[in-house]
Amino acid sequence: MTAQVSSEFAGVAVEFEGVSKVFGATRALDGLDLEIAPGELLALLGPSGCGKTTALRILAGFEDASSGAVLVDGHDVSRQPPNKRDMGMVFQSYSLFPTMTAVDNVAFGLRLRRRPAADRRRRAEELLDLVGLSPHARKYPHQLSGGQQQRVALARALAVTPRVLLLDEPLSALDAKVREQLREEIRTIQLELGVTTVFVTHDQEEALSLADRVGVMRDGRLEQVAPPATLYDRPATAFVASFVGTTNELPGSMESSGRVRVGAQVLPVDGPAPAAGTSVAVLVRPEAVVVTPHPDGDAIVSVATFRGAITRLRLTRKGAADVLADLPSHRAAELGAGTHAKVELLERPVVVRELA
Amino acid sequence: MTAVVGDTALSSPPLPERTVPRGQRRRLRVGRGVVLILAVLYFFGPLAAAFWFSIDEGNGLTWHAYTNFAQAPGFGSAASLSLELAALTVVLSLLLMVPTLLLVHLRFPRVRTAVELLSLLPLVVPPIVLVVGVSTVIGWGNAGSSGSFRSQLFNQLLNSSPPPILPLEYVILVLPFVFRSLDAGLRTSNTATLVEAARNLGASWPTTVWRVVLPTLRTSLLNGSFLAFALVLGEFTMARLLQYQPFAVWLLQFGNTDGQLSVALSLLSLLLTWALLLVMTAIAGRGPRKAVV
Ligand SMILES: Nc1ncnc2c1ncn2[C@@H]1O[C@H](COP(=O)(O)OP(=O)(O)O)[C@@H](O)[C@H]1O
Ligand SMILES: [Mg+2]
Repeated sequence: MTAQVSSEFAGVAVEFEGVSKVFGATRALDGLDLEIAPGELLALLGPSGCGKTTALRILAGFEDASSGAVLVDGHDVSRQPPNKRDMGMVFQSYSLFPTMTAVDNVAFGLRLRRRPAADRRRRAEELLDLVGLSPHARKYPHQLSGGQQQRVALARALAVTPRVLLLDEPLSALDAKVREQLREEIRTIQLELGVTTVFVTHDQEEALSLADRVGVMRDGRLEQVAPPATLYDRPATAFVASFVGTTNELPGSMESSGRVRVGAQVLPVDGPAPAAGTSVAVLVRPEAVVVTPHPDGDAIVSVATFRGAITRLRLTRKGAADVLADLPSHRAAELGAGTHAKVELLERPVVVRELA
Repeated sequence: MTAVVGDTALSSPPLPERTVPRGQRRRLRVGRGVVLILAVLYFFGPLAAAFWFSIDEGNGLTWHAYTNFAQAPGFGSAASLSLELAALTVVLSLLLMVPTLLLVHLRFPRVRTAVELLSLLPLVVPPIVLVVGVSTVIGWGNAGSSGSFRSQLFNQLLNSSPPPILPLEYVILVLPFVFRSLDAGLRTSNTATLVEAARNLGASWPTTVWRVVLPTLRTSLLNGSFLAFALVLGEFTMARLLQYQPFAVWLLQFGNTDGQLSVALSLLSLLLTWALLLVMTAIAGRGPRKAVV
């Protein structure tokens, strides 16, 4: 069944070319340049108000760009109204038509396309099956849970074989468990169908776990577009480093070798190195911090938080900022709260930010 | 209604249960009962008295008022005029308010307050003021030489059957109620998102309104319509001053010739209005609820 559904999806390229959007005094998008490959799932990630929704709405045709162009499959769609764009959108707030059953919601787009009744019923049921909601086909939206409603919304968006699938924080109103499960299902379905997808979220874990590439946005611009692993290991800017994952910011200063001195260590710098003598913040992931128990260590474990496979330690140091460190939980036993310890950094390139 | 990202609802801790001593509680209950009985007496006392009056024959009971009202002179024409006026008013006010409110909610949310103030104005301005204004305009219209476009237009407005002038005035009279119910419906049903979802799936504007917006607003459309209908059925001032004779006006005049029958009819019309309101509540309660987050 899925094979049959998937063969209909072409997977088209999407391109934002210098797209800006101004709302009165607010510049919601500021020259957005972005290419999305056919069949790719791209996540737009960023803090609230950075312009993610605006970008998606311009792609869907609900807003006009103030300048720039949006290309779908190589063609400028700026002049097309939303009902001619062939895009499936899943909204952040529940958007099912309250007067229609689940299956009628899914069949709505097919009905508009004048598909024969038997045809659209069969396809609507196929898609409900795809999102695991066949047993609830005859229910009205108010009889469904939040997660079920968003599944129906996904099926409804996919039913019309959209050229691009647009998801605007579709999981943000759901509770953690459902969110995680549905997130995985969305990814599975998207991979099976091969539909080009833009997924907007402010949740970095969500973006990293399901996207082929993640675009990190800030104030209407893209800071970095990269696969999740690259984004995490080699953030292009300090903003990306601090927004994606957890980072320690440690004081350091640049050496003439182009390396950075942090504490007693000298480490290579990832990316362009500031001039020698510059004071910088050194950005270090908790898992790149090595903690060893030592009676003369200058750090003291203040909190140890068990998180399953890893345990996160907060270490306080005299006259310096706290440091967060992750270590395998089986090693954490000897590092309970109050333990004196030595703190070192892994020998690998670090991202630095110049201090003004 | 709509979900806001990252906003967790701040729930205040539950208030400690207020404990009321037993004796005080009993006194409270008695107090409530007294108030309830007074309210019932105040409300149903006059109705019961009216009912008694309508069937009392001095030395026995009679149902003639309830069996003969249809034959009362003028009843048929007055009742049908009222029904026609009510239906016309409902249609006109929906034709006016549905597109207006859709535009306001979907396109020009900033003018909502202005539209609301305008729509509520008829609650503040007494109908008599409106009628005086309309009478002045009619006087002006009739001053034109006969045969001119102006006088023909006014002739049509005043003398067609039913006279269009009344529903035109009634539209203004019912504006606050129609506005209120439609506005509430639009606000609670997340209309903007539903419209976008429909557009996204390929629906043109007319299709979106017809297939998605109007069905979603069904309850509030019915609500507004019933209120407008009931208001027009009972309207007296405007019709009387412009010298038409719909049900309410006829009822008063007829009361001078047969008191019992006119009281019986008032009771019946009251029952009719209640029935309408009951139907309305039943429909509102039954329809699928709004998609509310
Ligand atoms: N219709 C609008 N009118 C005015 N300002 C808007 C409108 N839509 C969005 N904005 C502003 O544009 C900025 C970006 O908004 P949005 O794209 O919704 O951000 P995000 O989805 O990343 O949270 C915000 O400052 C927001 O207030
Ligand atoms: Mg948003």
